[in-house]
Amino acid sequence: MGKKSIRNLWAEGSLTTPSFAWLFIFLLLPMLIILAIALKPADPTGGIGQGWTLKTLMSLRNPNYPEVIFRTLWLSVTTTAITLALATPIAYYIARSTPWKRDLVLFLTVIPFWTSFLIRIFAWKVVLHPDGLLKQALVWCHLISPDTLLLYRPEAVLLVMVYTELPFAILPLYAAAEKFDFSLVEAAMDLGAGRLRAFLSVFVPGIWNGLVSACLMVLIPCIGSYVIPDVVGGKGAAMLGNVIAQRTFTDRNLPAASALAAVLTIVMLLPLFYFLRRNKGGDEGPRPAKEVV
Amino acid sequence: MIKKSKVPGVLTWGTLLFFYLPIFLLILNSFNNSRTGGGWGGFTFQWYVKLFQTREIWHALQNTLIVAFVSTLASIVIGTTAAIALHRYKGRLQNMHYFLVYTPLVVPEILLGISLLLFFVALKVELGIGTVIIAHITFCLSYVTMAVLSRLQDFDMAILEAARDLGANTWTMTWQVLIPNILPGIVAGGLLAFTLSVDDFVISFFVAGPGATTLPIHIYSMIRRGSMPLINALSTVLLAVTFLAILIYQIINRRKAGATS
Repeated sequence: MGKKSIRNLWAEGSLTTPSFAWLFIFLLLPMLIILAIALKPADPTGGIGQGWTLKTLMSLRNPNYPEVIFRTLWLSVTTTAITLALATPIAYYIARSTPWKRDLVLFLTVIPFWTSFLIRIFAWKVVLHPDGLLKQALVWCHLISPDTLLLYRPEAVLLVMVYTELPFAILPLYAAAEKFDFSLVEAAMDLGAGRLRAFLSVFVPGIWNGLVSACLMVLIPCIGSYVIPDVVGGKGAAMLGNVIAQRTFTDRNLPAASALAAVLTIVMLLPLFYFLRRNKGGDEGPRPAKEVV
Repeated sequence: MIKKSKVPGVLTWGTLLFFYLPIFLLILNSFNNSRTGGGWGGFTFQWYVKLFQTREIWHALQNTLIVAFVSTLASIVIGTTAAIALHRYKGRLQNMHYFLVYTPLVVPEILLGISLLLFFVALKVELGIGTVIIAHITFCLSYVTMAVLSRLQDFDMAILEAARDLGANTWTMTWQVLIPNILPGIVAGGLLAFTLSVDDFVISFFVAGPGATTLPIHIYSMIRRGSMPLINALSTVLLAVTFLAILIYQIINRRKAGATS
């Protein structure tokens, strides 16, 4: 027995060590280092200085930061709300479709996963461009004046975030809707509920776990957004991610970037902890949609 | 029978139109002779010709492929052992292990990028293609682990016991029984890792040194510098490659499904 358990321990150790050690060194330590470096002075050459200081943390009182954090939050929450509001009926539709139609819609939803993130964002820059088609169409319809700018405003960021996040919400919601027993909806309607009522008070609670998981899968990447506000947002639409990148690449002030990254981590952990707490019993965590594919 | 609502259908097809319209316009514009893309200036292939003459793109593509191959192979090995460990053993160690594997899937890319950059700078590691590969392995291995883990959950461990009873040793059991059975999970995880690595911009941007420009980093700098027609052409080429790859993957999958059922 003793010999066997030692062998077992050895087997477990040799299977666990590669990934455990790798992630410990290249994931956990770097995450912890964020906190340490936030307490270090900046080095004029763009490195990390000697000694310890509270100056960087004090600089978080910079009056611009609350505005950026607030913008990050409202853009992320609004994107998540719009995305879920669109994705829920879509998941309902896919789950109730005939098999070939279901395959077609799923296939068309999956393709954006495999196409470059940057290209999908760039495509919107072309559409929203001052010389672009959308602008011309809207001016032609007299909906906007010729000098309205479609790019470089928070609404553009919102639009493109919904665009890139929608597939990530549709797939987990579809996975939940697929398991849903649609005769419950019929039963509700037989008992006199309207279509909307049946949808809201039978279907939506029925796929609640899928909704929570889709919500996190959209909300967390949104909070960490960087490329979208950078490409279509411009100065007035900067989010936390942009300020971190600016401190890193433009100002070369790594301690400041690191203090902001710590703020971002805290903002992001709040919804995650809420989810993990209510999900403690089950082993099924929220899976990123990329993996569901 | 109550009539089904048309709203979900209209929403679905409307959303699909919303998905594809910008991409379609981008492809159309890559053949547009007008520089700004404001109107139709006639059909042209000139952007494609210019694209294939740009040397930096080929160099960036080469870097991207090196990074993707190395990090996919490494993450397949590390991810598969991780999945077997997570599936087979329970306890506090494996809970911690699962937490570590799970974290890269939910942490925003920018946090992974900045934390690794700070880590490398603090240790005075020189940034370059090596640091990009390390970063890619870190997030790719989690995806491989999850893909293999979901395959292991369908695998009947009693088969291993049977193999042992029939006299197989650990080596034979692993290579003749376990690995062939979870191979589809390994392949799926590997494909996912490869795609994510090729597509990754944010993490690479933070940890790449000046010499380690990958294709997404190059595309990003093109977007910023604003040579729009060239990016249109490059995007169209990449979209065509992706679409072909998905199509081939689907056809192979169909065939396999057809052969088994």
